[in-house]
Amino acid sequence: MASSYELSHEREYHAIRSAAALLDVSPLYKYRVRGKDAARLLHLVVTRSVEDMKVGQVGYTPWCDAAGKVLDDGTIARLGEREFRMTAAEPNLRWLEDNAVGLDVSVEDVSDSLAALAVQGPASRIILEEIELKYFRIADTTFRGIPVQVSRTGYTGDLGFELWVRKERALDLWDALIEAGTPYGIVPAGMLALDVARIEAGLMLIDVDYVPARKALIASQTSSPFELDLAWTVNLQKERFVGREALAAEAASGPQWQFVGVEIEWQSLERLYAEVGLATRLPATAWRTSVPIYSGGEQAGYATSGGWSPLLKKYVALAHLQSKWAAPGTRLEIEITVEHRRKRAGARVVKKPFFDPERKRG
Amino acid sequence: MASYDAVVIGAGHNSLVCAAYLARAGRKVLVVERRERIGGAAVTEEVFPGFRFSVFSYVVSLLRPEIIRELELPRHGLHILPLESTFTPLPDGNYLAQWNDHDQNRRELARHSPRDAEAYDEFGLMLHQMARAVKPLLAMAPPDPTSLSFGELMGMKRLGEHFRGLGAKRFSMLTKLLTMSSADFLDEWFESEPLKATKSASGIIGTLLGPRSPGTAYVLLHHYMGELDGVFRAWGFAKGGNGSVTAAIAGAAQAAGAEIRTSASVAQVLVQHGRARGVVLDDGEEIGAKLVVSGADPRRTFLGLVGEQHLPGPFVDSIRRFRFRGSSAKVNLALGELPDFAALPGRGPHLRGAVSISPSVDYLERAYDEAKYGEYSKRPYMDIVIPSLLDPQMAPPGKHVMSIFVQYAPYQLNGGWTDARREAFGDTVVDTLAQYAPNLKNAILHRQVVTPADIERIVGLSEGNIFQGELSLQQMFFLRPVPAWAKYRTPVSALWQCGAGTHPGGGVMGASGRNAAMQILGRS
Repeated sequence: MASSYELSHEREYHAIRSAAALLDVSPLYKYRVRGKDAARLLHLVVTRSVEDMKVGQVGYTPWCDAAGKVLDDGTIARLGEREFRMTAAEPNLRWLEDNAVGLDVSVEDVSDSLAALAVQGPASRIILEEIELKYFRIADTTFRGIPVQVSRTGYTGDLGFELWVRKERALDLWDALIEAGTPYGIVPAGMLALDVARIEAGLMLIDVDYVPARKALIASQTSSPFELDLAWTVNLQKERFVGREALAAEAASGPQWQFVGVEIEWQSLERLYAEVGLATRLPATAWRTSVPIYSGGEQAGYATSGGWSPLLKKYVALAHLQSKWAAPGTRLEIEITVEHRRKRAGARVVKKPFFDPERKRG
Repeated sequence: MASYDAVVIGAGHNSLVCAAYLARAGRKVLVVERRERIGGAAVTEEVFPGFRFSVFSYVVSLLRPEIIRELELPRHGLHILPLESTFTPLPDGNYLAQWNDHDQNRRELARHSPRDAEAYDEFGLMLHQMARAVKPLLAMAPPDPTSLSFGELMGMKRLGEHFRGLGAKRFSMLTKLLTMSSADFLDEWFESEPLKATKSASGIIGTLLGPRSPGTAYVLLHHYMGELDGVFRAWGFAKGGNGSVTAAIAGAAQAAGAEIRTSASVAQVLVQHGRARGVVLDDGEEIGAKLVVSGADPRRTFLGLVGEQHLPGPFVDSIRRFRFRGSSAKVNLALGELPDFAALPGRGPHLRGAVSISPSVDYLERAYDEAKYGEYSKRPYMDIVIPSLLDPQMAPPGKHVMSIFVQYAPYQLNGGWTDARREAFGDTVVDTLAQYAPNLKNAILHRQVVTPADIERIVGLSEGNIFQGELSLQQMFFLRPVPAWAKYRTPVSALWQCGAGTHPGGGVMGASGRNAAMQILGRS
């Protein structure tokens, strides 16, 4: 995915929030899962319930290893009684096939043959000819004569859609969307703009906000869904799924870590910069480094990504905190480097998402 | 008779800011607005069906960040979109662009002058430092240098310490900015004519002065004090137009419990025994209040609403001498297609920023010459933006709104402003711009011309001055609006001022409203 299509990502970001942005999300891994046991396979692999998903429904879910640690996260779209499409950030073909042993199901990697373009932002619906589609639903349709599947999904926390198209028609679709969207201010957008938007939306990013269990070098690098604020995606009513026992035990004892929103206090930031005679400096792009968070003398946790929200006019971050410090309103301190020196700025645990407009679901 | 802790006159941005802070402090506040809508000069109106305009003020930058934060304006709908570039088309078919991207900007400036490209960074650093030097003054009630009271002397001492802390070099730079003309000041830095002219234009906005008039360098600094997301000199549009700035502030005020009444025109401030007791509306309704805050300008407040009989003679004299001299006009165009500039054809990124008609300092000074003698400029300065490019909801799909800020259009026009003169002036503006963008005339679907006389009539700003009084040095800081009455208080007890006619002045800044509220609440 491009970093940005212009020299600066600023306009691309504002297009997401005030008009519409066009993002090439084709780099996602995509798997077509078909057959009598398609629902059974996915039901077995991911933490959420799949068998009771309706045709046309899309569900977000993580999936775990046997220790209940997250391997990856993505969406599952039920395209038919016996057909699903799963998206993932990492390759998962082998994992799916390994779990399909003995089941009547075929898993096909369609990552290269299927392209995906996301249209995100308040004007996205009108650009897609006032399409009527509920939040997290998918439908077959055509856009300016191009056969597409449209899902009401995205990674921006805004009103938005993703269009799934055969790769042969992908460029046509891009051009058609630019043409239809130009009167409404559509702008191609890259990862830098998306990064700001997804942080505002409180959406985590693999390899940044969590280490997938397959890549973890030590156990403490792994996270369970509960530790990633994904308890709502874990259905322990299901009799069997990978990681169930470990997750049931964790649910009973409560997670040790939580994944929360943190707001860095402006006054405190301003004071630290004023002490060295500078105006407050704000990051121009979102950052993706681990930053310690303290409560008095103890380290309460660490932030994994953060940045200035140009919309909310707030400096926000996504953070892993030990549970006793994770309640909203808890006052903490976050490390910040001011003129080469490590300082601590006041910070407060706040509810995610930072930005949650009604139009997202409405 | 209804009774409030405070009644605030006018629903412009400063009044609303003041009301919001008072309401948040638990005061029972009523805002009364003469027009049928709130916003003062920061309004969005659908002037032509489907075309929405920031009819008067049209950009945001000076709005104080602490106000955005403390009143949680983003939560109440404020969304500021960045204004990235300035494009100056030239009569010879060339152009000068100033871009957001540092290297792109440098390359463009070097095309005109390699020296200027180098000086540009230093100039930016210097203005950043100057804006920082002045910034603490913005949130301050100016101390009175003529008073020997302990509090005032301490205030002067703190001010002295602040300036001493700047060091000799910066202090001398600040002195230059306070005294020089913007053209002279820029001559010390740059040689390229369009660059000097475009930059010096910031120094003439809202004043009846030319780029070679002393004092205009300060106005230039005033426009550089804007701060968006910690970056000085950043300008932006409010999504939904400038009306959404005041709508957000009103939302914050109402969420804190303030009441707002529109179509409620104040006829006079009730004064008994030297104390304000409330206001009387045009229809005779009396509204009692423990204190009255006026967001109207000093002339309207004191000579109009209070009345000379309640004020000391010397004070009345000073208010009469307070200079307005509105010199700015707006032309708002509904366009069927984007302007196509001969110097840089097509719908490039230059259309998303400001377009400045300021080819040379001589051009601007000549425009001023005409205004000096009571005529509007035949070849005026213009600052043009096309908000619909960043915020498509301002116009029907594929169509656009263009906002043209024009100088000079003196309030005191020879023979006065008439409908015919207004339209002739509009023709002058369009003719001038069409020389640079030949398709303009055919693209125009509708046109609205707003002269200083219209601004005065519609918004109530005396002589149509966009800053509620010129930003000239004799009317700044502890002299604004009147010496000894620069702390938002007035000679009438329980009557306060919160408009841009007080320190630190205009520009949808909100600082006057906040400072006034802090003084009223006894916080400083």
